[in-house]
Amino acid sequence: MSEMNRAAQAARMDSPSSTDVIAVDRLSLTYGGGASGVLALSDISFSIADGEFISIVGPSGCGKSTLLKILAGLLPPSEGQAKLNGTPIRGARRDIGVVFQTPVLFPWRTVLGNVLLPADVQGLDKEKMRKRAMDLVRLVGLEGFENRYPRELSGGMQQRVGIIRALIHDPAILLMDEPFGALDAMTRETMNVELQRIWMESGKTVLFITHSTSEAVYLADRVIVMTARPGKIGDVFKVDLPRPRPLDIMNTEAFGAYVKRIRVALNADGGLD
Amino acid sequence: MGGAKNFMLRLLLIAAVLAVWEVLVKITGVPEYILPAPSRIFYAMYNGIKSNVYPQHFFVTLTETLLGFLVGTILAFMLGTVVALSRRVEYFLYPFIVMFQAMPKVALAPLIIVWFGLGLTSKVINAALVAFFPLMVNTIVGLRSAEEDRINLMRSLAASRTQIFFMLQLPNALPYIFAGLEIAMIFALIGAIVAEFVGAERGLGMLIQSMNFNMDVAGQFSILLILSLLGLVLNGIVNLARRHLLFWETANTGEETANTSKKGGSV
Ligand SMILES: Nc1ncnc2c1ncn2[C@@H]1O[C@H](COP(=O)(O)OP(=O)(O)OP(=O)(O)O)[C@@H](O)[C@H]1O
Ligand SMILES: [Mg+2]
Repeated sequence: MSEMNRAAQAARMDSPSSTDVIAVDRLSLTYGGGASGVLALSDISFSIADGEFISIVGPSGCGKSTLLKILAGLLPPSEGQAKLNGTPIRGARRDIGVVFQTPVLFPWRTVLGNVLLPADVQGLDKEKMRKRAMDLVRLVGLEGFENRYPRELSGGMQQRVGIIRALIHDPAILLMDEPFGALDAMTRETMNVELQRIWMESGKTVLFITHSTSEAVYLADRVIVMTARPGKIGDVFKVDLPRPRPLDIMNTEAFGAYVKRIRVALNADGGLD
Repeated sequence: MGGAKNFMLRLLLIAAVLAVWEVLVKITGVPEYILPAPSRIFYAMYNGIKSNVYPQHFFVTLTETLLGFLVGTILAFMLGTVVALSRRVEYFLYPFIVMFQAMPKVALAPLIIVWFGLGLTSKVINAALVAFFPLMVNTIVGLRSAEEDRINLMRSLAASRTQIFFMLQLPNALPYIFAGLEIAMIFALIGAIVAEFVGAERGLGMLIQSMNFNMDVAGQFSILLILSLLGLVLNGIVNLARRHLLFWETANTGEETANTSKKGGSV
């Protein structure tokens, strides 16, 4: 890791500023109690500033999904704490949108019905939400499928429904767990461009978990590398590439250099799966 | 399968079985009070219909079955829901549930006749008792079978317990509930008939009993035929409702869930 990165990381991690939306402080999580418990996360600290896009990469089983579940308020940490806008996270919050690793659709709801689930739960204006849902359906190229049921969709289409469902209630924070892992390369790139556009327009704070280093670099302001079990924060890389980033930025030398350094860090930390 | 050709083969097979039966009875000369020939059974059926004895008994049994089914399944759904949602209630009710589930419910019929008399009430109670368990067990299993990911999704949206119940757990349990209803319907019919055997003034079960007394075996067979037709129709009604309400399940997966979740227990 270069001096510059170390400095940037230190600056960020040692002085949580007032604009930090998420602040994670010496967080640990053990699955199952007693001696047989699995230590999934150990002593994790980092913070995310308002409007920042953070990517997390790390080997399989290092606790990425676990971290996301804690931030979503689904899992209480064993030690330490995670704060959202200064208050400790206890239970779920309505200003967070979560995209899970699998689509998690309800088979008895149509595509539109699934996208509208958060709006139904939170009792938002039906007409307005319907319009918004249709816009989102168009955004991910699912128009014509809005009245179909999940079993009639391909895996990639289902995942796209899962993604726009997280956007329907316009949450300030997006937690995304390998959302594009099941998509083909073409759709994945389109989705990356779209996500960047949505993020730039809306100013949302995004935590994005991925297995793809180039996807991580393309999207993020900072890339956090996690180490293998028990999950710890390894290196943090600040990505200084101009926005909006066109897709062919991936062919530039600067981009390649970031990807290479992150790969090296990943391999040093126990390798990619 | 299917197709006109196979359908014809099916009819042919049935006709062949009836023909063999008829011939065997004629050749061996088995007396009619042991095994009547099919022709005698149809003749008994024809007589019964002509003299108009069936309808009154038929409608009595039908009423008992449907009322028993309604009472039993409504209570089963309510108790199953409470047990599924509350570990505390489950803990205290568990011994009772286990004991009743292992018990052959029809063995209670004589007691129920003593307590509630020869009329409609005792039949409805017996039918309800027998129909109760398959639905209660399936309701509990179904409501608890919601995947953790789906529960997590609802929780991440800050959904209330009521919302999780109505938007996730209940629709998720429907395949199990319908499997339970299907069994409960047939069980209710069994419960009503058994109670009529034990003591009744009307009903198809009581009619079988009195024909047995008069050694009218052909008549009994004709009623067995009516009862299986009734069972088929009742089962068909539940299936129709299922296909309507479980529109998201393809026929195949529906069958699978039904078969894997048919935990009805004993009659
Ligand atoms: N519910 C659970 N009970 C016990 N252990 C668990 C549970 N969930 C996860 N684990 C363990 O915690 C560790 C971290 O799991 P997690 O799902 O967070 O990994 P991950 O980084 O998201 O992996 P992947 O990249 O494969 O999705 C793993 O070793 C896993 O076996
Ligand atoms: Mg994961």
